[in-house]
Amino acid sequence: MDRVRAFGHFWYDFVIGDDWRLAVGALVALTLAGIVAHAEHSAWWIVPFVVALLLSVSVLRATPRRP
Amino acid sequence: MRSAILVAATFLASAVEMVEALTIVLAAAFTRGWHSVRLGIGAAFAALAIVVALLGPALTLLPLEALRVVVGFLLLTLGLQWLRKALLRSAGYLPLHDEERIYAREVEEAGEVAWSGDPRHFDPYAFTLSFKGVFLEGLEVAFIVVTVGAAHGGFALPIIGALAALVAVTVTGVIVHRPLSRVPENTMKLVVGLMLVTFGTFWGAEGAGVSWPGGDAMILGVLAFYAALSFALVEILNRRGRAAIVAGAD
Repeated sequence: MDRVRAFGHFWYDFVIGDDWRLAVGALVALTLAGIVAHAEHSAWWIVPFVVALLLSVSVLRATPRRP
Repeated sequence: MRSAILVAATFLASAVEMVEALTIVLAAAFTRGWHSVRLGIGAAFAALAIVVALLGPALTLLPLEALRVVVGFLLLTLGLQWLRKALLRSAGYLPLHDEERIYAREVEEAGEVAWSGDPRHFDPYAFTLSFKGVFLEGLEVAFIVVTVGAAHGGFALPIIGALAALVAVTVTGVIVHRPLSRVPENTMKLVVGLMLVTFGTFWGAEGAGVSWPGGDAMILGVLAFYAALSFALVEILNRRGRAAIVAGAD
């Protein structure tokens, strides 16, 4: 059981990493882009925009605020 | 253009991981001899070859659109992790990867484990240490090579990038004969992170049904956008850090 847990932990760490919000956000961005593109609207900007937002929030959350 | 960025991404990603593997291999070899270390390296490369041989064809069974969404998502998550760490390291919020320190720690640990002292005998510790070092660092490279190759529609270019890095790091390691501590590892990780996130964005969105204005040329536009964002974030983090230090000194 410990080996299964270690194997699962390894893959979680490998794919998801330190901030699970990045993985969830990436999934949401791709899904949203797909929905908008299939509705025949311009959707090319969605993934870069959401990824920029995700990255900014993730690094700012990881750093101490001004006291 | 896409091909050049693709080779550069796999070359840099592979070089970064191989520099880390080299540190562990050298520490094991200089304290316990090369015999078991060579066996460990060979076993790790064999295991990596099996991973690539299984994962590569499995991915190519998916239809191209679905494949690009899956690969795009994986490259996005992996690239965002690299980029996040590199940004936090650039601004001093995380310590830089120090190959000299890691080498010294590995040498100390290897010296503490009992062995026959004869470098011709099989040494399980040296074997395991070099196997784990090469396999775990190589796994990320294998993952990038396989996903990028599958989405690109051919494995030749990413394999060329990875092999070129293997040759460059091995030759430099043989010449220098010590950990490559002067390699600008964090800058390389930042660049790789940018490239992985760019390819993840491009392929993932394309697979989801998005048409990119300008086609492949837009890869450069996306890369430039993420690069500008990263520089801005490092600047913001640096200012935040300085502000926190000044406020803390009051």
